[in-house]
Amino acid sequence: MKAGRYGQYGGQYIPEILMSAVRELDTAYEHYKNDLEFNQELEDLYNNYAGRPSMLYYAEKMTKDLGGAKIYLKREDLNHTGSHKINNVLGQVLLAKKMGKTRVIAETGAGQHGVATATAAALMDMECEIYMGKEDTERQALNVFRMELLGAKVHAVTSGTMTLKDAVNEAMGEWTRRGSDTLYVLGSVMGPHPFPMIVRDFQKVIGKEIKEQILKREGRLPDAVVACVGGGSNAMGAFYEFIPHEEVGLIGCEAAGLGVDHPKNAATVANGTVGIFHGMKSLFCQDQYGQIAPVYSISAGLDYPGIGPEHAMLHETGRAKYVPVTDEEAVSAFEYLSRTEGIIPAIESAHAVAYARKLAPVMGKDQIMVINISGRGDKDVAAIARYRGVELYE
Amino acid sequence: MSKIKNAFKNGKALIPFITGGDPSLEVTEELICAMEKAGADLIEIGIPFSDPVAESVTVQEANERALAAGCTADKLFDMAAKVQGKIHVPLVFMAYANLIYTYGKEKFIKRCRESGVDGLVVPDLPFEEKGEIFPECEQYGIDLISLMVPSSCERIAMIAGEARGFLCGISPMGVAETEKGRKRNGIEEMLKLARENSGLPCVMDPGSGTLEQVKAMAALCDGIVAGEAILKLVAQHGKDSAVPVAEYIRAMKEAIA
Repeated sequence: MKAGRYGQYGGQYIPEILMSAVRELDTAYEHYKNDLEFNQELEDLYNNYAGRPSMLYYAEKMTKDLGGAKIYLKREDLNHTGSHKINNVLGQVLLAKKMGKTRVIAETGAGQHGVATATAAALMDMECEIYMGKEDTERQALNVFRMELLGAKVHAVTSGTMTLKDAVNEAMGEWTRRGSDTLYVLGSVMGPHPFPMIVRDFQKVIGKEIKEQILKREGRLPDAVVACVGGGSNAMGAFYEFIPHEEVGLIGCEAAGLGVDHPKNAATVANGTVGIFHGMKSLFCQDQYGQIAPVYSISAGLDYPGIGPEHAMLHETGRAKYVPVTDEEAVSAFEYLSRTEGIIPAIESAHAVAYARKLAPVMGKDQIMVINISGRGDKDVAAIARYRGVELYE
Repeated sequence: MSKIKNAFKNGKALIPFITGGDPSLEVTEELICAMEKAGADLIEIGIPFSDPVAESVTVQEANERALAAGCTADKLFDMAAKVQGKIHVPLVFMAYANLIYTYGKEKFIKRCRESGVDGLVVPDLPFEEKGEIFPECEQYGIDLISLMVPSSCERIAMIAGEARGFLCGISPMGVAETEKGRKRNGIEEMLKLARENSGLPCVMDPGSGTLEQVKAMAALCDGIVAGEAILKLVAQHGKDSAVPVAEYIRAMKEAIA
C-alpha cells in the first residue's frame, strides 16, 4: 500500500502552502519513530506523567445485569487530563519539541484534545493556541477556562456551524499562515498524511495494553472490542493491535444524534459518501454537490462530518463494523454506567456503552467484550442535567 | 484547444477572481461581462464551497453568500455556457477537490469543456494528488492550473515541469501576513525556478497586498490575480457591483501595465 493510503482512502489533499510543513513533519516522524531516546522519553511520559498503563477493569455488575458476555472496561478515563487524548498529544508535542518548534496549535470539539494539548504544552514549555467552535465553547465553558489555566489561548471560532469542523478549518488556516515555528497537533486519526498514521501510532498503546491485560486475566483475546468514533482516534488506538486477529470483532459506535434518519445526526458511516475534505479522502456527511453537511450530536467530540481514512477502509473491507447510537441511547448509557459501576463516562464513550448494552445480552456467557471508556464524564454533567431538564445553580 | 494563452497577449495579464453566484448568478454574469470590458484578460470563477479551508474571511463570506443564494456547480456551468456568446476572454473555474469528486470527476471535467471553461484551479490538490483528475483534464483539454509558494522552492521544478495553462504563485504577503522575516526574494527565486522549468506564463496572487506591493509584484511576473479587493466590493455593493468592480479593474490594469 502507498504511504498515507488506506485502500482508496487517505492521501494529502491540502493547499500547496501546507505541503512543506506536512512533509517536514513526515520526515521528522519517520526519523523519531525509530529513535530509541524519543521512544524512551515518550514511554516515561506515558508511565510517569499520564498514568499508564490504564486499568482494564472487570465490570462484574454490568456483566451480571446484562446477562451475556463478560465485560471489561479499558479505563482511558483514568489518564491524566481524563481521556485518551493525552497519549497522542504527549507524542506530538514531544515531536514538535524535537523538531525545534516553539508553538503548538490544535482544534478541539469537547475540549478534551484542547485540554490535553494545553497540558503537554505547559509541561514542555511550548506556546499554545486552541481553536474551538463558539458553540462548543458554550457547551464546554469549563474546559475553556481549564485550557486558559494551563496557559493556552483559546480562540472561539465563529465561522460555519461554529463546531469541530470549523475549528479544524481555522487551525489549518493558522498553520498555513505560520508553519515555521508552529506544529499543528491534530487530535484524531484524520487529516492529511502523516496525521492519521502518527495519531494511530501514538494511540495504539491502548490496544497493546488491552491485549496484554486480557491475556493475563483470561488467557485469551476478547471476542469484541467496542469504542466510540468521531474522527476515530480512541477506536483506532483500541482496534489496531487486534486487526490481524480476525476472531476479535471490532465495533465503532458513531453519533446518530436525534436519529440516523433524522437530519440532525453525525453518523458518517451510516449516511456518508466518499469525498475529499480536511486533507483526506474518506467518508463524509455531505450533499449531492459535495457541500459538507452541518452535522449534530449531543457529544461535541463526535460532532464531526467525517471519519478517519483507516476506519473508512476497515468499514469497506468489513474488518470493523460501525453502528449508529442516538443521543437518547448515549445519555441513558451515561446514567447506566454511573449507577451500575460508579463510573461516569464521557458522553462520547457513553455511545460505546450504549451499543454494548445491546450487544452483551446476545453474546454467550463464555464470550468477552472490551469497551473502551475513552474519557471521563465530569465535563458532561451540566449538559446531561440540561438534557434531562434539571436546572443547576453554581 | 485552450484559450488561456490568449490572456497573455495584452501586456501583463489581469486575472480577476470572483465567487460564482455571489450574491446571485445574474450578478456573476453581469460582472464577467463588465470585467472583460474594463480590461480583464482571464476571469476566474470560484464554485462556492461550504468549507473553504485556509481562505481569508472575505472569501469565506463570499462562499456563504453564494451558497445561501442557492448557487451550485450545475447552475455555474449553465451560466458559463450562456456567457460564452458575449465574451472572448478565457474562463477558469476554481473548485475544491470535493466538489469535483462528488459531482463525478469525468462528468465535471466534461461539463467544463462543454461550457467553454478552459482551466481549473483546485486549491486542495497538490502535485502529489493531481493524478486524481489530471488524466480527465488532459482528455478533455482542460488546463489544470498549478499553484506554487515561495516557501517551498524545492518543489517548484517538479510542479512547473508538468504545469498546464499558467503557473500561479501565492504570495506570503496575503496568506502569511503574520509571519515576519520572510523575504520578497523568495518570490523572485520561485519565479526564476518556474521559468527555468516551464515555458508557461507565471502570475502572482498577492492576496491582500497594497497597490504598491501589487505593482512591484507585477513587474516580476506575467500577470496578477485580483480577488480579495473585488470580493470586498461585491460584498459592499451587492447587485450594483458591476460599476465599482469595472472601475477597479480599469485602475488595476493600468497600474500593472
